[in-house]
Amino acid sequence: MINRKKKIVIVGGGLAGLALAMKFCERDGEVTVLSYQSLKRSHSVCAQGGINAAIDAKNEGDTPEKHFYDTIKGGDFLAHQPLVRDMCYQAPAIIHLMDRMGVAFNRTGEGHLDFRRFGGTLYSRTAFAGATTGQQLVYALDEQVRRHVHDGAARTLEWHEYLGAVLDSEGICRGAVIHDLRTGDIYTLPADAVVLASGGPSQVYARSTASFVSTGAAATTAYLQGAKYANGEFIQIHPTAIPGQDKLRLMSESARGEGGRVWVPRNANDKRDPKKIPESERYYFLEEKYPLFKNLVPRDVASREIYDIVYNQKLGVNGEPMVYLDLTHKSREFLDNRLGGIMDIYSKFTGVDPRESPMKIFPAVHYSMGGLWTDYGPDSNGLIDHGSPRNQMTSIQGLFAAGEADYQFHGANRLGANSLLSCIYTGLMMARGIMNYTDSLEKSVDDISSTTFDDTRSHWQNRFTDIKAMNGSENPYKLHQDLGNIMLANVLIVRDNKSLEKAWHAIHDIETRFKDVKCLDTNDWANPTPSFINQLYCMIHLSKIITKGALMRDEFRGSHYKPAFDMNQPKDFDPHEYIDYLEQRQYGEVPEGKFPRDHLDYMKRFQENNEKWLKTTVAQHKDNEPEITYEEVNTSLVTPRPRKYD
Amino acid sequence: MTEKNITLKIKRQDTPGSTAYWQTFEVPKRPHANIISCLMEVQRNPTTQDGKTVAPVTWDCNCLEEVCGSCTMLINGKVRQACTALVDHLEGTIVLEPMSKFPVVRDLQVNRERMFDNLKKVKAWIDIDGSHDIGEGPVMPDQDRAKRYVMSECMTCGCCLEACPQFTIDNSFLGAATFNQVRLFNLHPTGKMRKEDRLDAVMGEGGITDCGNAQVCVEVCPKNIPLTESIADIGRQTTWQAIKNLLTK
Repeated sequence: MINRKKKIVIVGGGLAGLALAMKFCERDGEVTVLSYQSLKRSHSVCAQGGINAAIDAKNEGDTPEKHFYDTIKGGDFLAHQPLVRDMCYQAPAIIHLMDRMGVAFNRTGEGHLDFRRFGGTLYSRTAFAGATTGQQLVYALDEQVRRHVHDGAARTLEWHEYLGAVLDSEGICRGAVIHDLRTGDIYTLPADAVVLASGGPSQVYARSTASFVSTGAAATTAYLQGAKYANGEFIQIHPTAIPGQDKLRLMSESARGEGGRVWVPRNANDKRDPKKIPESERYYFLEEKYPLFKNLVPRDVASREIYDIVYNQKLGVNGEPMVYLDLTHKSREFLDNRLGGIMDIYSKFTGVDPRESPMKIFPAVHYSMGGLWTDYGPDSNGLIDHGSPRNQMTSIQGLFAAGEADYQFHGANRLGANSLLSCIYTGLMMARGIMNYTDSLEKSVDDISSTTFDDTRSHWQNRFTDIKAMNGSENPYKLHQDLGNIMLANVLIVRDNKSLEKAWHAIHDIETRFKDVKCLDTNDWANPTPSFINQLYCMIHLSKIITKGALMRDEFRGSHYKPAFDMNQPKDFDPHEYIDYLEQRQYGEVPEGKFPRDHLDYMKRFQENNEKWLKTTVAQHKDNEPEITYEEVNTSLVTPRPRKYD
Repeated sequence: MTEKNITLKIKRQDTPGSTAYWQTFEVPKRPHANIISCLMEVQRNPTTQDGKTVAPVTWDCNCLEEVCGSCTMLINGKVRQACTALVDHLEGTIVLEPMSKFPVVRDLQVNRERMFDNLKKVKAWIDIDGSHDIGEGPVMPDQDRAKRYVMSECMTCGCCLEACPQFTIDNSFLGAATFNQVRLFNLHPTGKMRKEDRLDAVMGEGGITDCGNAQVCVEVCPKNIPLTESIADIGRQTTWQAIKNLLTK
């Protein structure tokens, strides 16, 4: 037992990191929050549409169990079920907590929380603060953490970067290596536990909806130190973003949740002003193909349909890779009140007012369902034991992960407005387990010899000295762009093994070129270039994880779409048939004629495919390459079955 | 081949104490270009107009969609976010400078810690009992929520302070962003309970009475926060507080 305050280092000041910091402070822990930049500026601020909780404020019959089912189905059954179920049951309390903290959630006439529709569900389950919900949630948690800092319970190390974990002789994490981005100093911070709440990896793609800092470097460093990285190939492509040179800006799913309609002119050569095109000459392809969910099919489905319309059916607006997202039938007042944030973004970046003209949008890389492999401690009720030290621990003892940096909550495809929930949920949930973990240690960090820390520090100091001495001919920023373009061209919405193999080789070419990088800036003060080169190194490894995972997974699941392995669900198929089929199988052979022939064949294919591929992909660093193995998924609560949204 | 180039004249400074200097870069003009994408071009080819290879320009940015507040700088003399500064809307040579009211860290990066410290001074938070589940938040009319929402969009970007004639690099004036936070939290049913603490914090030196009413803060706010209304409102609140203090203390 440690007879002092438990010390944790939290890497990242987004929702997951801040939620954990607050909770840990309340448990009288000693918290250090590390951030690349000032808190309040993390990528979580970019989340727009809202946060899910089955509060059933609209009397539609919504329940946490339905939220759980929608999330599992949305993720194509690849997520561990007890965790997702626990998250959905905790969600209402999380919303009420955020409301108590002063988040300006939109409200009903009676002054209660208002909710709107989002993708992948038929219920109004999404609480929202205009269209800047992520920003508002970050601010509320940031304010609570600032309060703890003010009271001396927490400290922040802004403009600091996490370089790696300090591992003792047994491979247990005993602290973090820190890089002061102003002075360039590299030092170690001993801790009882280190938590990577460091965000997602979308910067491995040249253009995405991600922020600058979302390089995935902290998580990749853990992988390079031996941690398992899971489901890397599952990258969410958001259906609706606007083009840009530096970034593709997200147009929230809430635009469709509030009634936005996606369409293209039925005639490919129709160059008329969209407002002049009559209703009958518009092709509302999502509404026609998916009469039940309409424009609110899950993101993987919507992105594939938009891709198909543009590239296979050649119906993109003016022949370009774009479709209309139309809100012009809604009043200005309504749009300003409920979607003001994204109305402004669209106007500012395109010069066009989306209240007057339909927006032109296209899918963009948005989120990683995969991330560091983490553990969980189930209880006997199909939920989670919140005191379990296993919760959110990576395969390196004492090193934890939370938020987009971990892999556990979204399976093969994330539902909209579930990311804010999963981030806050993990942050809050894991605090007790970490406390218990530190209590369970036979040897505390205080007993670890100083040479462990000194050696790790020297290792990283030498690494940065070497980086600064790199004097080749490759510009690291250019190299990053080249890497990102390879990923964009080959590892996106529609995947095939030929392109993936091409990407795999091209990434290795980038790796060779990396050796010839020039460190463009060798100043000691506030020099971002050496850090960037180190991050680029991580991004090369991360690209390999994503690409190899995608190459090896010969199936179509959620965001991972390989047309060659599409099982071609019969149009009139009902997923309940599959449950009947499984029951029949339990009693022996399924009698002839029980199911239509094509349905039976499909169900056999589906079952065989699940036996082979309903598995977590696990990448481990071996001989400079990711070694891929597969692990069972906990499907103990809901039987995996074919997805259907029409 | 690009049809046109963009010329960027950038004020640079290597360290906080060192002398600033100017460098000019030319970058290719691309569709949808903004100041951030131009600075990224400079990173990919850090060569000045006269052919000298230099260290890439450093700047702060993150979200690139004007919700994080990070990339504030002076663009052609006007304080704003670099991400929403579209090149198509700017003419001639584009001049980039760091904000002048905050200490320069390097090049276009400044230290805005003072703004965050001010948030502590005015206790810009709700004093919740704890994060455990104790039920719903207070019921609130949507009009009140809407009023608070506009104020809560403040990104701590610093535009209002850069423009304010009262706010200087070395005085203690709290400035519009901070006064707005006081109003934001004093409007909340729970936040109200610490109203007096917040008002006391803006009644001393550098407080609300130092505001010269120049009203430029509201003009430069990228989020259209009604800062002058917030200032006027806090002015009224502090007046009542002063009278109350006189009678009770």
